[in-house]
Amino acid sequence: MIEVKDLHKGFNGEEILKGITTTFDRGKTNLIIGTSGSGKTVFLKCLLGLFTPEKGSICYDGKTYSELNEEEQRDLKEQMGMVFQGSALFDSMTVEENVMFPLMMFTKQKKNEMLERVHRVLDRVNLENANDKLPSEISGGMQKRVAIARAIVTQPKYLFCDEPNSGLDPKTAIVIDNLIKEITEEYDITTVINTHDMNSVMEIGEKIVFLKNGHLEWEGDKTQIFKTDNQAVTDFVYSSNLFKKVREAQLKGL
Amino acid sequence: MFYLDDIGRYFLMLKGVFSRMTKGSVLRNLIFKEIDDLIIGSLGITVFLAFFIGGVVAIQTALNLNNPILPKKLIAFASRQSVILEFAPTFISVIMAGKVGSYITSSIGSMRVTEQIDALEVMGINSLNYLVFPKIVAMCMYPFVIAIAMFAGILGAYVAGVYGGFVPGTDFITGLREEFVPYHLTYAFIKTFIFAFLLATIPSFHGFYMKGGALEVGKASTSAFVWTTVVIIISNYILTQLLLS
Repeated sequence: MIEVKDLHKGFNGEEILKGITTTFDRGKTNLIIGTSGSGKTVFLKCLLGLFTPEKGSICYDGKTYSELNEEEQRDLKEQMGMVFQGSALFDSMTVEENVMFPLMMFTKQKKNEMLERVHRVLDRVNLENANDKLPSEISGGMQKRVAIARAIVTQPKYLFCDEPNSGLDPKTAIVIDNLIKEITEEYDITTVINTHDMNSVMEIGEKIVFLKNGHLEWEGDKTQIFKTDNQAVTDFVYSSNLFKKVREAQLKGL
Repeated sequence: MFYLDDIGRYFLMLKGVFSRMTKGSVLRNLIFKEIDDLIIGSLGITVFLAFFIGGVVAIQTALNLNNPILPKKLIAFASRQSVILEFAPTFISVIMAGKVGSYITSSIGSMRVTEQIDALEVMGINSLNYLVFPKIVAMCMYPFVIAIAMFAGILGAYVAGVYGGFVPGTDFITGLREEFVPYHLTYAFIKTFIFAFLLATIPSFHGFYMKGGALEVGKASTSAFVWTTVVIIISNYILTQLLLS
């Protein structure tokens, strides 16, 4: 579980995050949503330890990040997996080498043990016959799968995803969303996903945090989000014509 | 103030490079890869440039030695001194600032743009050590490149001087061996070692701290080439003053 208390972060005198307090539960897919510029990415980078907050605290299963020494922070980071928006796979490495990379860096396993683990994880993300290919030789959906495999290969306690289905077709996006949800339940990890895709919200939004201008505007789950009266949330949710029509149909009782 | 800020950040980067070392077995593979990319990959162009520069120096010297009192062996002497003292260490390093420097900046810069550096940081890896340290170690082999360049330069001078009909072969060999000061080689290799460090670190700095997209990677590469050249030329002046005067 990740507990965030009164988190503040700014750049060049401009405050981006203005006192966010929330919790992200273990074994659940937690979503951070909001419009562009609402502070989602800054919030996620604070959770990852890439940005140091000016005020407030982030607790990972009882351990407050800012109170840990450098080595403890590094140990904590080894328990984090991250799926970047653009996958962030290492260009010069094959799929297999990309997934094996965290094992090479942090374990003392023999190469055949590492390869066995890599193949198991690649099977888990349903990626076959791509082991020797470079990231540039595979599709965007496959790259996302490799990124997920790399993130979970060390069996992390926390999984962070920055817009994991951006740039993917709707069908592949749903497959990736469901894969993340399944992995979250299977590995019993705390997953935090940064997205503005309403399909993801409907598919996997077990806990949703809505940010607006650096504030936590609303939080709830995927059923509550369609019933809320919060204007900012409804503006966001029903900004798409499809959802607008679904809403109208609901109101008409169809 | 802007430049002072960059200089400060450059030295902070160096501190980051030499702290929290990457796992030895991983580092070893990275170093071999960098040696292949930065050193072995530069040999061809270095030999080509040095050979023809040596040849041109010999021809230019020959054409300017109009006085019949001056012995022809001076062609070899002047070529040797020019190649060993300046053309091989400094001129080749400036060329390498373009070749190796732009490669380093663009490879690190594109990793920054595509969030690969963030991925390393998230994993708890010291990205500076992982990316820059192997390049510095690989560039320790750079003096070997310059040694080969010296040989190729003098060979070029011999070919142009002797086969161009400017100086007899025996005179050239005599001139080549005359008044040879071994300290000049020491001076050249001290310079080369320092240039190697600059060639590895200044482009890395420009790549690592770049912001923006693909266009900025190109701008950072150009900027890295300009600054590496400027620092090499200034260091060359200072080192010459300190070591030779």
